[in-house]
Amino acid sequence: MSPLHLTAYPKARNFPNGGGAAAILAAGIGAFLVAAFAILADKIAVIKSLMIFYKPTGPLSGVTTCAIAAWLLVWLVLHTFWRSRMVDMGRVRTAALVLLILGVLLTFPPIADVF
Amino acid sequence: MEITARSLWTMIHGMGFGALYLMACSGALVELHRRYGSPLRPAIEVSDERFLRIYLIAMSVLAWLTVLTGAYIIYPWYRAVPPAGGASLAAFPQRLLLSSPATSGWHYIGMEWKEHVAWIVPISITMAASVFVRHGRNLKSQPELRSAVLAFVWVSLLAAGIAGFFGAMINKNAPVEGGATLRLVAGATR
Repeated sequence: MSPLHLTAYPKARNFPNGGGAAAILAAGIGAFLVAAFAILADKIAVIKSLMIFYKPTGPLSGVTTCAIAAWLLVWLVLHTFWRSRMVDMGRVRTAALVLLILGVLLTFPPIADVF
Repeated sequence: MEITARSLWTMIHGMGFGALYLMACSGALVELHRRYGSPLRPAIEVSDERFLRIYLIAMSVLAWLTVLTGAYIIYPWYRAVPPAGGASLAAFPQRLLLSSPATSGWHYIGMEWKEHVAWIVPISITMAASVFVRHGRNLKSQPELRSAVLAFVWVSLLAAGIAGFFGAMINKNAPVEGGATLRLVAGATR
């Protein structure tokens, strides 16, 4: 291996993956929460009116603000606990991708209307 | 040659931020697959790593600008309610779409999907940028982390494509128009 290769991967294998895993799982949760809050606001009148943070935009303002706030909070908490740890990335990846795909599917109105 | 202020904002949102994100996303996927796809590929230069960091952060900014201008500038014009007394629906795109069974699906499926799925884009790409900033070249030796980031970037491209397609079709069927008229070029009559 050339010196260039040695400098290109500094401590790669020992670098804790917890920070990245926290970001990935939190993003999956955030994507799912966008869909979950949208369904709740669509089906429950009280939640719909509570979600109107900015009247011209309607419930979309509260749905997205709550989802973004929850995503950032989950990310902060996971990052605090995982940042210097090696975590089981296989399980984190599976959970995050399932949540992400559910998020995309559940925002599709014909699927959201099933609930 | 004139354009209304609302039409200009719609262009900035869709053709500016949104379309630019779609193009940038394609480029990012090519670059991530080409340079990080296999640990057997040549080592990554520090300058390349720095470039991709800046590129992904710029994509995050674009994604946030797209959803924020869409939700807080254009969407209120789209969903405005006409005053009682039979006003023309031309200035009320949502009501115009809902006034005909031939176009109502563009709202019930198109807009209702677009307005939510689009928010998955900034979440995904902000995560990808942050993971890249944190791990950089080390992603090459962490295949599970790398593949998860790539999957999120692919899904962000899909979600942005859905939002972009429906945005274009909705604006074709019921354009967001109104506000001040801006004259771009003085025309000549023949």
